Amino acid sequence: MDVNIIFKIGAIGILVAALYMVLKSTGREELALMAALGGLVVVLMMVIQMISELFENVRTMFHLY
Amino acid sequence: MEIIQIVAISIIAVVLAVLIRQHRPEIALQISVVTGLLIFLTVIIKLASVLEELQGFVGRINIDMAYISTIFRIVGIAYIAEFGAQVCKDAGENSIASKIELAGKVIILVLAVPILMALMELIIQIIP
Repeated sequence: MDVNIIFKIGAIGILVAALYMVLKSTGREELALMAALGGLVVVLMMVIQMISELFENVRTMFHLY
Repeated sequence: MEIIQIVAISIIAVVLAVLIRQHRPEIALQISVVTGLLIFLTVIIKLASVLEELQGFVGRINIDMAYISTIFRIVGIAYIAEFGAQVCKDAGENSIASKIELAGKVIILVLAVPILMALMELIIQIIP
């Protein structure tokens, strides 16, 4: 049960939220949006990897060919 | 005991998700999806052994394997459809969730039709 992926995603989320706030307050709106998108892409990569692992497990276990 | 570990981790994940939901709702959704995945990945090992046990038992009392594998397939499809529907409901997209459930039902129905036909044949033979 590798728990650290939850904390990794949480850390990225907090980091992106803080970065968004900082960039927004200094007036650079578009950069803030870029940071938010970047964080989202990184998190999405990890989550998609896990989802494909889940689907692979379910496929082999329930003979879903 | 795994259940204590699972509940502890899910509580931590929920707190994290609520914290992040105000600022970045999309990442909060990812956290809930990943937590669900983790819990299922830990449980799946036990489920696999139960399924093997069931399969071995059924093999002994010579029921046709096609029916059993169809049942397994239906359970798998039901689980994946329910997983997707729940994730969409979490995100607030109830219409997409109901579409996924509809698709799951249709696929399961298509899988169940051969068994129904076999049953009908049997009944027709019995009635003179």
